[in-house]
Parts: sequence; structure tokens; C-alpha cells
Amino acid sequence: MSWPGEPRKMLALTMLLALGVQLLPLPIWLSIMRPAFMVLVVLYWCIAAPRAGGILVAFVAGLALDVTKGAVLGQHALSVCMVAYIAITFHQRLRNQTMLQQSLFIFAMLALYEVVVWSIDGWTGHAVNSPWRWVHPMIGAALWPIVALALGRTHAAR
Amino acid sequence: MAKFGTNTRSLTGRSPAYGFRFFVYSVVCVALMFYDQRGGWLETVRSGLSAVAYPLQLAVNSPSAAWRWTRGNFTDRAQLTAENAALAAELRELKLKALRFAALERENAQLRGLRRAIPPLIEKTLIGEVVSVELSVLRQRLLINRGAANGVVKAQPVMTADGVLGQVLRVGPWSSEIILITDAEHALPVEVARSGLRTIAVGVGEADRLSLPYVPLNSDIREGDQLVTSGLGGVFPHGLPVASIASAKRDPSQSLAQIFATPTARVDRDRHVLFVWFSPAHPAAAADEQTAGSAAFQPTPTPSAAPMASDPTEPQE
Repeated sequence: MSWPGEPRKMLALTMLLALGVQLLPLPIWLSIMRPAFMVLVVLYWCIAAPRAGGILVAFVAGLALDVTKGAVLGQHALSVCMVAYIAITFHQRLRNQTMLQQSLFIFAMLALYEVVVWSIDGWTGHAVNSPWRWVHPMIGAALWPIVALALGRTHAAR
Repeated sequence: MAKFGTNTRSLTGRSPAYGFRFFVYSVVCVALMFYDQRGGWLETVRSGLSAVAYPLQLAVNSPSAAWRWTRGNFTDRAQLTAENAALAAELRELKLKALRFAALERENAQLRGLRRAIPPLIEKTLIGEVVSVELSVLRQRLLINRGAANGVVKAQPVMTADGVLGQVLRVGPWSSEIILITDAEHALPVEVARSGLRTIAVGVGEADRLSLPYVPLNSDIREGDQLVTSGLGGVFPHGLPVASIASAKRDPSQSLAQIFATPTARVDRDRHVLFVWFSPAHPAAAADEQTAGSAAFQPTPTPSAAPMASDPTEPQE
């Protein structure tokens, strides 16, 4: 199952870049505000080119987050897969929407991602909570137009 | 042949069964979580995966490492001379203290009625450098450039020269993840050096604060008290400096005092940490080897009910 012309190399490169940004050491106040770039990039590719990677990419990205964040294996993977699936389901509708509408959708997805991560944290006995964890979905949604435009330049329009 | 409804060439092509795929990956994720919680063979998988991620973590942290290296190379001579003089003075002072140390150890052995000399408490140390720091409310973790290849094991004590820093949470082949005592999921059995009161110090997710949530109102603890490890958790031996009490508030309407302490070991001061192997034969060694690794993560709500008789060392001072 391979479709020619899918931007796979770009996809891999941008994902690696996003993981790097996610791991970049930052002061505490900045790292609270750091949006989940990995999820943003996965969401972008799910909307722009769902057949380039689809849910497999989301799974791998989530697993990478699990390993680097020291979380329970599968926690972020499940969470990212879920938002990726929803984004793929709506991708054709989303492409025709304005940036503002897309941003709202992305906010919902990032919040859902955080809810799933949070609940699994609770279920696995890491019941540590902080109100700050709900800050990054807003920032991620606000940054979505920039991310989408930047990633849009990496592949041919379709 | 009917033209309508045939799907010989559609604009988007036949789309894969995303729902089915999502289902399969979800099942895989849940299975992974289940087996990872149980421990076991997934530990090796994770160790391998962390080895794959390690170069990326090194690369991401290389700019700051390069900056430190450059700054270190261009320190001027006057500064180095001053630093050297300060270090020499410190060394002299420490040597003076160490002079009495051997005599005290001998005396201690005599008082305990031991015929042979007490073995040194610290068997071996290994210096590691901090690769990356994660200090947030949710996690207080360090990534260190020493791993299984250097003999680091899970639940190994990690210290700095100032006191207890944390313990090893996960070991990769060349790196290890350390959970700091200030992590909100970490609890450390401690003892007040002055009064011998034993309790548990729990992290709150701030780099300069520990909480002592299980201290009754009427217990003998006050500001400025030194906290040392009690040796009950099974990881740290007795008597290592942990923190000093920063504030002790007593609200008569509550049954427990609100006590916060400042850890003596700080991550932000030094890029180097010490992995320590303690000698189990020493009288101050950790009390309970069986519970090593798990005990320190589970705060016991009633510390007074914890076994105390197993610790042979009397409170000092």
C-alpha cells in the first residue's frame, strides 16, 4: 500500500524536528507554555495528507513521546492515535474551513489529547495534577495557523 | 456499463479503513500500558527504545553544552586562580574535619562492641553528568549520561556533595533517568537530626521545596532543623543530609502540622551528580533490602506505624 507522491520524507523530517523542539530544555515558565508540537504536526499531516502516514505515524509519534517523557508506554500513543483518527475522519471538511475554525478544532483536539493523558495518569497511579497542564492546548491552537502555513510550504499543494 | 457509481478512478483514491486501524492501534496501546504497568519484559523494550532516543536528547542539549564548554575555555586566568585558591582552602578545611573522622569511626565501633573495624559506608561512587533536566510541577527528573553499561541499577541512590538528590528510576544502556526527591511522586523516609523524630518527606514538584505531610501538631520539630535519611526506605543508609526545615506552621484546627523543608542538594547548582554504592555491612546501611525501589515511592500515611526497630543507629546529637 504505497501511494506515489506522498510527502513521506518531509513528514519524517518534520516529526523529528517536532520531537526535538519538544525535548528542548527550557526554563519552567516557558516549558509550561510549550505547545505539544508533536501533536500539532501529526494533526497537520492527518489533515493535509492522511495517506502519507495516517494513524501509524500518530502511533509512532506517541510512542516516541512516551519513551522520552518517561510515561507509561502507550499513554501518549493512545492519546495521539485518538486525535489523529478524529482529524482524519474530518480532514476533508477541515481543509475547506477558515484558519479560525481550524484553530478551534485543533484546540478541541489538544484538549482531548490532554484529557486522555491526564486520565491515564490517574488510572496508572500517577495522580499528580496541576492546572498548568491546560495552558498548552490554548497556545497550541493559537499557534496552529503558523504551524499549518509553515508545514504547508514543505510539500506540493494538492 | 453504468457510469454512475463506478469507482474506477476517484479523485482521492480508495481510502484505507482508518476506523479499523485506529481500533488495532488502540488495542496495542492498551496492551502496552497493561504490560508496562506490570513490569517485566517491556522494561527491556523500553531500555532499547531509550537508547534510540538518547542521541536525539544529546543533540537537543548540545547547544547549551557547547555554550558551557566555550565559556569554560575562555575563563580568564585571574578567575581560575581565585577559584583554585577557594578550592584549596575548602580542601584544607575538609581534611581537618576528616582527621577526626577516622578516630570517631574507631570509637563508634568500640562503643557498639564490634571487634572488627566498621567497613566504609560508601563502597563506590560514579560521577555522572546531567544531560537534560525536566523540572515541572508534574515531573522532577534528570537524564544522566551513565547507564547499565556503567553498572547503574534501578533504585540506586543518587547524591550530590551537599546531600541526597534522588534515585534511579529507569536505566538505559548508556543513560539513566533519575527521579528527584522533589518529584511529586517521590517520598523519602527522613528523621529530624535534633529530636530523632521519624517521618516522610514528600516532593511537591518544586525544585526548592519538600513537604512533610504526616507530622502531628505536637511533635518536636521547628524551623532550621536538619533532616537526614532515616535508613528505613531501603534505598538510602541512615544519616545522609536531605533538607532543612524552612517553615513549620501549626493550625490548631487541624491534626497535622504544615511543614515545608528546603533540600540541601540543588540541581541547578551543579551539572554533576554522584551515583553511590553503599556497603550493606555498615551499621548505618539501609534497613530493609527487600523493599528497595518500591518503598520510597509509596508514602505511608502513618509513619509511626512503620517498623523502627530495624534501624540500629540511635539518633545523633
